[in-house]
Amino acid sequence: MLNSDLLKFIFGRLTIEAIPYHEPILIVTFVGVAIGGLALLGAITYFRLWNYLWTEWFTSVDHKKIGIMYVILAIVMLIRGFSDAIMMRAQQAIAFGSNNGYLPPHHYDQVFTAHGVIMIFFMAMPLVTGLMNFVVPLQIGARDVSFPFLNNFSFWMTVGGAVIVMMSLFVGEYARTGWLAYPPLSEAAYSPGVGVDYYIWGLQIAGVGTTLSGINLIATIVKMRAPGMTMMKMPVFCWTSLCTNVLIVAAFPVLTAVLALLTLDRYVGTNFFTNDLGGNPMMYINLIWIWGHPEVYILVLPAFGIFSEVVSTFCGKRLFGYASMVYATIVITILSYLVWLHHFFTMGSGASVNSFFGITTMIISIPTGAKMFNWLFTMYRGRIRFEVPMLWTIGFMFTFVIGGMTGVLLAVPPADFVLHNSLFLIAHFHNVIIGGVVFGLFAGINYWFPKAFGFRLDPFWGKMSFWFWLVGFYFAFMPLYVLGLMGVTRRLNHFDDPSLQIWFIIAAFGAFLIALGIASFIVQIAVSIRNREKLRDFTGDPWDGRTLEWSTASPPPDYNYAFTPVIHDHDAFADMKKRGYKRPLEGYRPIHMPRNTGAGVILAAFSVIFGFSMIWYIWWLAALSFAAILIGAIVHTFNYKRDFYIPAEDVVQAENARTTLLAGGV
Amino acid sequence: MTTKTDLTAPGTVPVFFVEEEHGHAEGSTMLGFWIYLMSDCLIFAVLFATYAVLGHSYAAGPSGKDLFELPTVAINTSMLLLSSITYGFAMLAMDKERQGQMLFWLVITGLFGLAFVGLELTEFASLIREGATPQRSAFLSSFFTLVGTHGLHVSVGIIWLVTLMVQVMKHGLIPENRRRLLCLSMFWHFLDVIWIGVFSFVYLMGVLV
Repeated sequence: MLNSDLLKFIFGRLTIEAIPYHEPILIVTFVGVAIGGLALLGAITYFRLWNYLWTEWFTSVDHKKIGIMYVILAIVMLIRGFSDAIMMRAQQAIAFGSNNGYLPPHHYDQVFTAHGVIMIFFMAMPLVTGLMNFVVPLQIGARDVSFPFLNNFSFWMTVGGAVIVMMSLFVGEYARTGWLAYPPLSEAAYSPGVGVDYYIWGLQIAGVGTTLSGINLIATIVKMRAPGMTMMKMPVFCWTSLCTNVLIVAAFPVLTAVLALLTLDRYVGTNFFTNDLGGNPMMYINLIWIWGHPEVYILVLPAFGIFSEVVSTFCGKRLFGYASMVYATIVITILSYLVWLHHFFTMGSGASVNSFFGITTMIISIPTGAKMFNWLFTMYRGRIRFEVPMLWTIGFMFTFVIGGMTGVLLAVPPADFVLHNSLFLIAHFHNVIIGGVVFGLFAGINYWFPKAFGFRLDPFWGKMSFWFWLVGFYFAFMPLYVLGLMGVTRRLNHFDDPSLQIWFIIAAFGAFLIALGIASFIVQIAVSIRNREKLRDFTGDPWDGRTLEWSTASPPPDYNYAFTPVIHDHDAFADMKKRGYKRPLEGYRPIHMPRNTGAGVILAAFSVIFGFSMIWYIWWLAALSFAAILIGAIVHTFNYKRDFYIPAEDVVQAENARTTLLAGGV
Repeated sequence: MTTKTDLTAPGTVPVFFVEEEHGHAEGSTMLGFWIYLMSDCLIFAVLFATYAVLGHSYAAGPSGKDLFELPTVAINTSMLLLSSITYGFAMLAMDKERQGQMLFWLVITGLFGLAFVGLELTEFASLIREGATPQRSAFLSSFFTLVGTHGLHVSVGIIWLVTLMVQVMKHGLIPENRRRLLCLSMFWHFLDVIWIGVFSFVYLMGVLV
């Protein structure tokens, strides 16, 4: 008896039963991950890379390296999230009539929850943040972000959240509630296990990182633009990044607060969202969508920025309607706060409220439509080069318009009463998120990869990836529109009506094509690394770019620019090339830079331990790790030596090496 | 910095870079911290909204009228308001480079803060003794969370205050420390503003209704 009390004290509710050794799928996954992980760790040890990784990457405060690490995290999580997707497609394609498929409901419910959470929070968000981190300081002619340490800390907190979510795969379970964990289902009474707690702590830890990185990038864009770059001369990507980060700072605290309230309900027994003692679950649903709707614009606005940069570069023209693009972005930013209720028209708000939110939702299509015309008019009479980023952009324009129109359809409250929570809705938001966000991010990766690494991505495999994704998308999601119109609802793991099966088989085929698209993307990276000498770019400007980042070397030196650029016009680098800019060859000075620090990694590691012990009710460890976070943060503030100077000789060496390359390479 | 004439002089090749070290935008700390405060403000906004929606869901339990004792709250409020004034005195002393005087006012500020948190904890304890626990009703859940979150912020502020006092004693009024003291100043006054909201919206209106 004493023994079991002691065990309970030490391990909380964590028991051997929490390891899902009776689930063959999870065991196979675990073995695969374990072998892969051990191979990776072994290789790092064998090649003695730990020191290099720690000093050059993990502790780096360089915005470019942090950006690249964000993108790597996102690609890893894309593979995890997509595995969930293809498992669901396979289950739904076979689970008809007497066949129950291979995923029992309790497992299937975890899979669809994890899929949504991972794709939004740990795939799309890190990719967006990564690209903004890498590109924005370069585009505004800055040497780093405003708060370089905070940037490193934000990244590691995002990783911490991802680690918590991944842990749930092999220790315990994940939430079975859907990706927004609506109460009362997510309350302790109906979800007593650790699933929802994994959900909460994963998002809270990552959310700290997201909010801080939002603050950081706003301050960077407002305060650190190069001389001459007025707000209305900023590249469009910087504008959309600014608006996105404003949205992050204005939306993520709401998520933090509402999840904290749910946490109190589950841990302390308060009655915010319970069914009795005055609790109100609708409060949760309102609050979470006040975060949730801006969230989709947080994801898509940077994608719009990428398309704007890509269209103008590959059409060799200034972007059509720059000012209207900026104002459209701002209007979307504001409107995104006035539409949240359209996610639950059916919950009885009354006709007047529903009409208000229906109308505001439809109005959003106006600025978005204006953007679409701006891109089209930029292409009109442009010399279009159909490089891979441009293909993604054109694929986006076709696909996103369809998704936008089904969105307007759903914005009509009476139509929504029919289509709410149906597969039509699923098709709609995948249509805008894949067709808008994912295509945009792939365009961005293909576009800026040569800037980050000094060689281009292989175009053949890039095109393979694009076509598999594009065709796969239509095969996977058009059937869902049809099924949704027929009344099939989301999140089902078994069907009775055999006439529906053919549509699910088509959708599964589409998911298979998308799998080939992802595989092609990975092959593309591998082939490009192998052929890097052939794909090498010495100029730093492989696409005849128009914005400042293309004026420096690829990959850019730590300090980005030896001299801070001065801006006179939109498309600063195009202007420089046109007016005979000469790269300065002497007069280099020492450059003031922030110093690397391991504090971010350490604090995030303590946060993961804290989250894990809270999930499993290991109170002593929670208290210890919380104290460690607090003390670690205070100790970090006693470190005043946060900067150093890159000596002028080092700058001379780096810049002279580039001069030689430019002379030989062109 | 390049002068304005260089940028716009007609007929010359424009200047495309500056030779001097371009500023590192030290000023962004204040802006960044201000934005952080606004994000914190949104957390409070959510808690206020929750209180507005659930503040009358008594579940047949006690209401604000039954529970709140305005005299205690009045003393509590004056502690916090006075602490803001004394923090202001500390900042004036900092401007005059009087380190000892500044530290004195910071100590007073911290003591007022401690008194505030102490009184609040006493209030919470007596409520819980009376059976008005956070679990009793949605009203009490949202009351404890809103007021408690504010109290938690004040507590963090006190820890921060002590940390900064140590740092000032160690390194003096160097620019980094001045910047940090200004950030804490904004944080401290921000909590005052939030408390005015709590005081009027929760306590005063709770007793009136």
